[in-house]
Amino acid sequence: MTGVLILVEHEGAGVDELSLQALTLARDVAGGDPVIALLVGEGGRDAAALLGAYGVSSAYVAEDDRLAAYAPGAWAQCAIELMESLEPGAVVAAGSNRGNEVMSHVAARRDLPFAANCTHVDGDTVTRVRWGGTLLEEARVHGTPALLSVAPHMMAAATVNGADAPAIEAFTPALSDAELAVRVSEHVSTVTAGVSLADAKVVVSGGRGVGSAEGFAILEELAGLLGAAVGCSRVVTSSGWRPHTDQVGQTGTKISPDLYIACGISGATQHIAGCKGAKKILAINSDAEAPILSSADYAVIGDLTEIVPAITAELRKARGP
Amino acid sequence: MRILVCIKRVPLTGGRMVLTEDGRALETRHLGFTISPHEECGVEEAVRLVEQHGGEVTVLTLGPAEAEEQVRDSLAAGADRGILLATGGEEWDPQATAAAILAAIEAERTANGGFELIVFGNESADGGNYQVGIRVAHALGLPVVTGLKGLSVEGGRARCEQEVPGGRDVFVVPLPAVVTVLEGINLPRYPSVPAKLRARQKPVERSTPERPEPRLEMLRLVVPPGQGKQAEVLGSGPEAAPKVVEMMRELGVA
Repeated sequence: MTGVLILVEHEGAGVDELSLQALTLARDVAGGDPVIALLVGEGGRDAAALLGAYGVSSAYVAEDDRLAAYAPGAWAQCAIELMESLEPGAVVAAGSNRGNEVMSHVAARRDLPFAANCTHVDGDTVTRVRWGGTLLEEARVHGTPALLSVAPHMMAAATVNGADAPAIEAFTPALSDAELAVRVSEHVSTVTAGVSLADAKVVVSGGRGVGSAEGFAILEELAGLLGAAVGCSRVVTSSGWRPHTDQVGQTGTKISPDLYIACGISGATQHIAGCKGAKKILAINSDAEAPILSSADYAVIGDLTEIVPAITAELRKARGP
Repeated sequence: MRILVCIKRVPLTGGRMVLTEDGRALETRHLGFTISPHEECGVEEAVRLVEQHGGEVTVLTLGPAEAEEQVRDSLAAGADRGILLATGGEEWDPQATAAAILAAIEAERTANGGFELIVFGNESADGGNYQVGIRVAHALGLPVVTGLKGLSVEGGRARCEQEVPGGRDVFVVPLPAVVTVLEGINLPRYPSVPAKLRARQKPVERSTPERPEPRLEMLRLVVPPGQGKQAEVLGSGPEAAPKVVEMMRELGVA
């Protein structure tokens, strides 16, 4: 019982970034033993060919026309088949929506413990994320193989030197109707205008201190000038001032812009869990003692209804007519 | 339709994580408590479905005796009855939690009949284990769809929508089924004073399940490094604007 089996998510031939990050921890867990990848669905072979640089020695590609649409139970079946034939010491996935879902199915079907969103593994002890990453937990996993997912954006997707292309083997999993019963049957495309919160280089965000839905007008104006997205805290969406899609936080969107401007946001841990990935945080707050100041890099103290328009005006002035 | 919603009592953590002396729990003496956010939306979703289709909403929690507060909050939000699986306040791992919920569902089926829909939050705010709903679904042999931002029920089927990059993925499953929901699927109502008064009269059944040995055994909690840095104050009031723009320039975002 050696080596690590890792579920690698991919879109066609492109490997998901979170899976590449998960490979960093998977290599660590393997400790020199083989890292074996499982890929499911279209493009699996092409994606698998790219994995040598990330330390994968062999890859199994599950092939079946019925795997074209995502079906968590079927993906779990693929993982269970390999888990039981290869007998790895650990089975790993990215701590993505699908990664955590598939691992939970595997764990439920084999009555094994599953440690979600790990940042570190040492023997049978893991460090895992709680409270959206604002707290960590050390836990012992009582089960073999260890089922783990890797916390997103906690480690880099590092490559290894001098690696060969992995040996690729296709297999046809034994899928039953029950495993395919829950699957994506339709995709509804939505077109969003403007910069998306998740991809924006700058996010101008407001909290309780903005005071009302109308109060966001000055944030919108500054965001427009910076090509930024507008975000908000949980209290703002709970009050109905902004849609939930604008929420930055543990239960909203987790973002990593170059600059995050937090206006009238106190800095509850729920919020910090969503914006701690930002390179720099500027807090604009009337309270010099607000918790946000211990997460921010810069602060301006005072009334945001005066400060935000002043920044907008200063930017306009600096850019000239 | 009969709907069960499973909720969890969690502390309102505020601005800082402070641990108890033994490092095995959050220091909650000065904190309030709430329903974990995704589950709060689960209660609202269930109440809306019953308002639309008729039926009854049962709310279940595994937690300390004080978790009755969150059950009552759910009853004030429109749920009809509560089940409290009372613990001694110690940590229950996901497998033990799922097993206790499963036993309660089976006891309920014998006493009052089965549920057509069982609703969980996608993950709890504190533990974030992502698996209890899926474990319960497997044990019951029911389909499960996770991470829902949209849900409707018609003709004995549930249409389930997940937000994915570029749009929504749709799953359609027959009832009975298990679903896990995300905050944002709805905006929970704020209970009225009469609703809060009515909630006091609604029935809450209590039992005390036995806690098995954990298989995901929490050893200790650790506050991650980085908490407690101090921001550089660029100034006060609108006069600070030039310094802000200068900082933006240095970052290359102005």
